[in-house]
Amino acid sequence: MNGVSPRAVVIGASAGALQALSQILPELPSDFPVPVLIVVHIPADRRNMLAPLFQAKCRMLVREAEDKEPAMAGTIYFAPPGYHLLAEADGTLSLSSDEEVLYSRPSVDVLFESAADAYGSNVIGIILTGANPDGAQGLRAIGEAGGSAIVEDPAGAYADTMPEEALKACPTAQVMTLGEIAAHLLKVCPA
Amino acid sequence: MSDIIEDIEIRLLLEALYQRFHYDFRDYAQASIRRRLRQARDQMGFANFSALQEHLLHDDDMLPRLLGYLTVQVSEMFRDPSFFRTIREKVVPHLRTYPSLKLWVAGCSAGEELYSYVILFREEGLEDRTLFYATDISEEALAAASRGIYSLDRIRTFTENHRASGGKSSLSDYYTSAYGNAVFDKSLRDRVVFSDHSLVTDAVFGEMQLVSCRNVMIYFNRDLQDRAIGLFSDSLMRNGFLALGSKENLRFSRHADAFADFVREEKIYQRREQ
Repeated sequence: MNGVSPRAVVIGASAGALQALSQILPELPSDFPVPVLIVVHIPADRRNMLAPLFQAKCRMLVREAEDKEPAMAGTIYFAPPGYHLLAEADGTLSLSSDEEVLYSRPSVDVLFESAADAYGSNVIGIILTGANPDGAQGLRAIGEAGGSAIVEDPAGAYADTMPEEALKACPTAQVMTLGEIAAHLLKVCPA
Repeated sequence: MSDIIEDIEIRLLLEALYQRFHYDFRDYAQASIRRRLRQARDQMGFANFSALQEHLLHDDDMLPRLLGYLTVQVSEMFRDPSFFRTIREKVVPHLRTYPSLKLWVAGCSAGEELYSYVILFREEGLEDRTLFYATDISEEALAAASRGIYSLDRIRTFTENHRASGGKSSLSDYYTSAYGNAVFDKSLRDRVVFSDHSLVTDAVFGEMQLVSCRNVMIYFNRDLQDRAIGLFSDSLMRNGFLALGSKENLRFSRHADAFADFVREEKIYQRREQ
């Protein structure tokens, strides 16, 4: 991170996402100093499932992102099913219903590439378990912008394709277990 | 922060597009317009946006190609079935009380939403007294909408959505299959006016009972959203309905007070009495 303080954490996950996120998100305190933006691949007809599920487990506020809202510290935003979630340079969030990327909408690549543009080196990108290559190009964009790139250890991941593809595209990414990721976030983003 | 040179190039390109052709994308939400422009640049094989701009200004065939990238919208027939069920069950009873109706689908793209309304209105016996306005800034989109031809592999989703929305007939009643496509019946367009209209630069053109603009304004920044919502407000008769996309809302708009929630969870609003 070159010693600069993060302005956001972005996370992408697919198959096995719920279990993996359940080991990270509840560890974060209610006054976590930056917003956490998350893309999980789920079918477009599953309405509003993730936010209530995680609100019950987390100390941070958890909500489904709305178009044009400011991304607030202490809040976890999930991309709504059927929409891409994008970070804007002015600190707000926007949605799009553009075509699917790698069969996915929301897409991890779309979120991560927009976060690389919006936050530059001041963002932490994390790729978790998943069975497709979405997120690999996005993590590379974050790495190239000077941000911090983290990948769940494929050896322990429920599905290793997503972390492995991300590592191929962004070989400088740090590899961590889920427990290490949670501890790392608490260390680099002190409340 | 994104590349400073790329930022400058994108601003200049959008300015050139506006000054030369009067297509105004300058106040679109930055992140998705940037993504679309990068796609255009890469797929058309330009090294950078300045090279793309040079061709835009000097080659006649460049504008439609670029607009193809900038205006692509993806929708489905009866997208969000619960929305169309609510239109059917809660809005249609109000619309029945009017002897004639005007419905505006703003940003109609390839027409999926337009046909959803026409079919729904036919099923509810309202089609004959309704004039449907379908507008978009893209000629190609308008042409696609007026053709009404969709790939057969999308029809299963359309059919499921139609049924889930409370459809009173079979969607297959409205199209014939040919060469891998579903060709929707010409009669669905008998009462449709297709027209070039920009929410960014154009004005009100009629008094509507229902304006539907779903998943268009997510591409606008706040200022532009305000302009569009002001336009809708001016276009609607009192107690007229405004329908937005399921993740759009009036919460951040200057014109929020002009509207009341009608069905909040479906983002259907009603123009307040003045």
